[in-house]
Amino acid sequence: MKNTIRVHQFHGGIHPPENKKQSTGAPISLAPLPSRIILPLQQHIGLPADPIVKVGDRVLKGQRVAEAIGRISANIHASISGTVVDIGPHPVPHVSGMDADCLVIESDGQDEWIEHQGLPDYTQLAKPELIEYIRQAGVAGMGGAGFPTDVKLHLGDDHIVNTLIINAAECEPYITADDMLMRERADEILGGIEIIAHLLKPLHIMVGIEDNKPQAIRALHDALDKSHLNLDIVITPTKYPSGGEKQLIKLLTGVEVPSGKIPADVGIVCQNVGTTTAVYRAVILGEPLISRIMTVTGESANHKQNYEVRIGTPIADLLNHSGVDRAQMQRLIIGGPMMGITVTNEQIPVIKTTNCLIAASIHEMPPQPPAQACIRCGMCEQVCPAELLPQQLYWFAKGKEFDKARHHNLFDCIECGACSYVCPSNIPLVQYYRFAKAEIRKEDDEQRKADHARLRFEARLARLERDKIEKEERRKQRAIEAAAAQAAKKDAAFNKAASPATNNPTDAGVPDLKQLKSNAAIARTKLRKAEKALANAQDKGLDGIETLQATLKQLQLKSELAEKAYTEAQQAPAKSAAAPETDLKQLKSNAAIARTKLKKAEKQLAAAEAGGEGDIDALKAQVVALQAKSADAEKAYQAADSGTVSPVAIDTSALEAEIATLQGKVDKAENAWKAAVESGSPAAEKMAAGVEKLKEKLTGLQAELTQARSAVQPAATVDTSALDTEIATLQGKVDKAENAWKAAVESGSPAAEKMAAGVEKLKEKLTGLQAELTQARSAVQPAATVDTSALDAEITTLQGKVDKAENAWKAAVESGSPAADKMAAGVEKLKEKLKGLQAELTQAKGHLETNAEGKAEEAPAIDLKALKQQVSIMRTKLKKAEKQLAELPEGEDNASLMAEIEALRARHDAAKASFDAAEADKIAAAASEGIDLKQLKIDAALARAAVTKAERALSKAEQESKQSLETELLSIRAKADKLNATLERFSD
Amino acid sequence: MSAVLVAVLVLLGLGLVFGILLGYSSIRFKVEGNPLVDQVDALLPQTQCGQCGHPGCRPYAEAIVNGEAINKCPPGGQSTVEALADLLDVEALPLDAEDAEEPIKKVAYIREDECIGCTKCIQACPVDAILGAAKQMHTVIVSECTGCDLCVEPCPVDCIDMLPLEPSLNNWQWPAPKPGIELIATDRQPGIALEVKG
Repeated sequence: MKNTIRVHQFHGGIHPPENKKQSTGAPISLAPLPSRIILPLQQHIGLPADPIVKVGDRVLKGQRVAEAIGRISANIHASISGTVVDIGPHPVPHVSGMDADCLVIESDGQDEWIEHQGLPDYTQLAKPELIEYIRQAGVAGMGGAGFPTDVKLHLGDDHIVNTLIINAAECEPYITADDMLMRERADEILGGIEIIAHLLKPLHIMVGIEDNKPQAIRALHDALDKSHLNLDIVITPTKYPSGGEKQLIKLLTGVEVPSGKIPADVGIVCQNVGTTTAVYRAVILGEPLISRIMTVTGESANHKQNYEVRIGTPIADLLNHSGVDRAQMQRLIIGGPMMGITVTNEQIPVIKTTNCLIAASIHEMPPQPPAQACIRCGMCEQVCPAELLPQQLYWFAKGKEFDKARHHNLFDCIECGACSYVCPSNIPLVQYYRFAKAEIRKEDDEQRKADHARLRFEARLARLERDKIEKEERRKQRAIEAAAAQAAKKDAAFNKAASPATNNPTDAGVPDLKQLKSNAAIARTKLRKAEKALANAQDKGLDGIETLQATLKQLQLKSELAEKAYTEAQQAPAKSAAAPETDLKQLKSNAAIARTKLKKAEKQLAAAEAGGEGDIDALKAQVVALQAKSADAEKAYQAADSGTVSPVAIDTSALEAEIATLQGKVDKAENAWKAAVESGSPAAEKMAAGVEKLKEKLTGLQAELTQARSAVQPAATVDTSALDTEIATLQGKVDKAENAWKAAVESGSPAAEKMAAGVEKLKEKLTGLQAELTQARSAVQPAATVDTSALDAEITTLQGKVDKAENAWKAAVESGSPAADKMAAGVEKLKEKLKGLQAELTQAKGHLETNAEGKAEEAPAIDLKALKQQVSIMRTKLKKAEKQLAELPEGEDNASLMAEIEALRARHDAAKASFDAAEADKIAAAASEGIDLKQLKIDAALARAAVTKAERALSKAEQESKQSLETELLSIRAKADKLNATLERFSD
Repeated sequence: MSAVLVAVLVLLGLGLVFGILLGYSSIRFKVEGNPLVDQVDALLPQTQCGQCGHPGCRPYAEAIVNGEAINKCPPGGQSTVEALADLLDVEALPLDAEDAEEPIKKVAYIREDECIGCTKCIQACPVDAILGAAKQMHTVIVSECTGCDLCVEPCPVDCIDMLPLEPSLNNWQWPAPKPGIELIATDRQPGIALEVKG
């Protein structure tokens, strides 16, 4: 059989005795069912698997017993059915001979499979799912390192895989596991290759096989030539270590994998033949990796052959089965003679990567002769397949110059042992390299750890520093707070001591009104007692009157102070707008008290005046003071009231009922009073006072009601008609009262004055109601259509009245009538009314206008141009008239002309005013859109000027510069147009 | 005369110019801190154990730069001494410690049953490798412990031990091969070699 592919060369290599023939004589046989298996949780680099069964659990053959954690990790399955008897340390195949965690399963002898099912049509499955399926089966590289296969199958995701190489070289002496596998199970290999090719989609597949396995080559050809894949079987010359991954790649493709890179980086993926069968079994048959082909050989073994061995079988079982003569066995080696490890414990289990067991006799593998000095022969360099300088590396390793060893690419050494094999001084070179590698790794690890520790140490120092600063700050803060608290305490103590003397409630924060009140009351009672005592003393002519008087004075002073403090405290919250929680009731009662006090004082004054006794001046002064106080109190109350009423909804009906009852009472009282007056009863005065009080109450309530109503009005529809009727009835009352009063005056009745007061009151009420009515109407107006025509009519009638009244007045003046003054007042009133109505009318019209404007922005109600025209007409007329006046000769009667000019001027002014107003409106409208009308006008003018300028420039310009000028003109024109359009919008 | 004067003036001018240049560059390119301290600190094992008599590795690095002996770091061992000697180009002194052997890597271990939760060891640990709270059991985060044994002294109940790291498959490493007979075969029979030569 000949290669169709040129085989390349790799540097170095050796030809040790093969010793393969011994174990190829017999076909693969099934090793006996072990009585117990030991499954190490870590069988390769990466993370150990995590057991998912407990001691005592029964497991079936093929059941997953440990789960992969992390990416580079593989599941582990039970290879027999039985019971888990132990999870713990157990000897494992490792050079150190140390124990590691293992899962021990005792067989139940039934060898019962767990339910499993293959994927005959795996091409239907998505790639990641298929790879996951293979991962679940725990497939790992069967050649050497036992690298989880699924990781390699994922290489197609981020690498372009051109070539898939199937490693069938099996270059190490003694081992024939792959050879026998190829001879007997070539179909399975083909199936596995197809699955891997399906996943990686390589352009080319090469099976590299050494020429010392002709039967395997033939079997492979028989099986693989049927394949539709682009597959070549490449036969390589027998040379150790052609089975090394990088060496085989060099042999088959001539490509050298760069140092520190993986084959996938150059588009190549390598898989062992054993792995392909494992993949085939996992995917097609659904069997996880629970057994492998393994060679048992060596001179001391009786049956040197290959067995299909369950993973976890102790090697002692295999040795017994193949009849190893323990007496003859000098060394027991797991793996090949070049790279394998020597073990002593026969309880070590077979793992996924165990491909050979050599029970060597002393004759076969004599003990290593003692190492001698390196003679610098350079043979090691000749055989090194990695093209390193083994001798140099040896010196560095021996001298512990690890950095230099690293720089001589120590980590490219594959530890194949070729250099040691050829060394004439028997130097264990590979051991030196392994040691150097371990030392370098350890140093790196320590450096990493030291850096980590430094980071942690620095972080800790920073934290301590931070804590210290924070603590210091907290301490300072606390000190400041404590100092502040101390100061506040001192202040408070000082204020306490000072406040009784100064009576200054604002310093102490919230004024204690009650305290002040009680203080004032105590002072008052003391004063009264003192007064009584004094009076008593004076009456009886006792001694010590002077002292009593002095005390009395002191007490008076004290009492005054207390009272003053109290009233001040009371007024303080009313005056301050910031204090919203003013006690309205308190204020109201204050006002009432002030009023009653005032009245009392007035009465006293009147009595004093009538009696001609007492200090009238003093009383008068008191009255004045009280009046001021009363006014203050009332003002405060009103201010507070108007500020608070709006948000509350007041039950007006209740108020109304109260008012009605009160009204009844008032009427009754008044009747009684009148009767008393008429009968000349002495109780009349008292009754008058009672009526007065009642009336006051009534007015208070009414005020409350109106307020409540005004609060309700904006929301509810206002019943203005009710107000109207009320006003009408009141008007009637007023008229009646006035008549009565006039009658009384005419008859000289003493009650006339009182009646006058009553009339005054009624009138006040009437005006109040009228004000309310107008308010209500104005409130309704913005929403409803305003009946301006009615107002107009009213105004005209009023105007007529005014004219009439004026005429009458003039007549009266001319006739020298004494009623002229009164008439003048009446005319004045009428005029006022007229003005009010006119104001109302303009307001209503203004409302209408704004409404209209709101509805139609673009169509302003006022025609600016028309207004302007009017103004100009007026101006011209005025000027004409003035000219006429000037042209008139002196001394002539120019009065009528003057009057005309006056009238014209007035008209002109009015027209101008209306025009100005309209213009102002326009500007305001523009401003509301963010445009300054004046600025806009200026801008537009400037733009227009720019356009004309540009046009002129264009007409004058040369041919070349015309184009740019044209574009410039266009842009300027566009700008001007825009500005003009905006301007037009606001100026019609 | 004038030639001498010119020469003097020229030299004076040159001196002035270079003086200004040097003065400026010493300000402009001023190196903050001593970079050598960083290099020395990087070689020290960062156990922060204080066995050198300094409160941490960096202070010792500063002291070394200022002329202190380089052999006062027992956790670093002889290899650290040699690395420092290499860096500073000084004589590699033998390690100044009671047992000059290569130090065995140790980590602190708290006998948790005896721990009273006093937090004294937490405050002593320079790398925050002890986990715990007042009146709660404490434990050492083994992967963070540098083996400085600073936590052993403060423990009031002596429940902290320094234990060597258990060897496992993960931290096992190939031992150094036993040195062979450092003679070539012919050297053992000097006569033969001499005969050949002669």
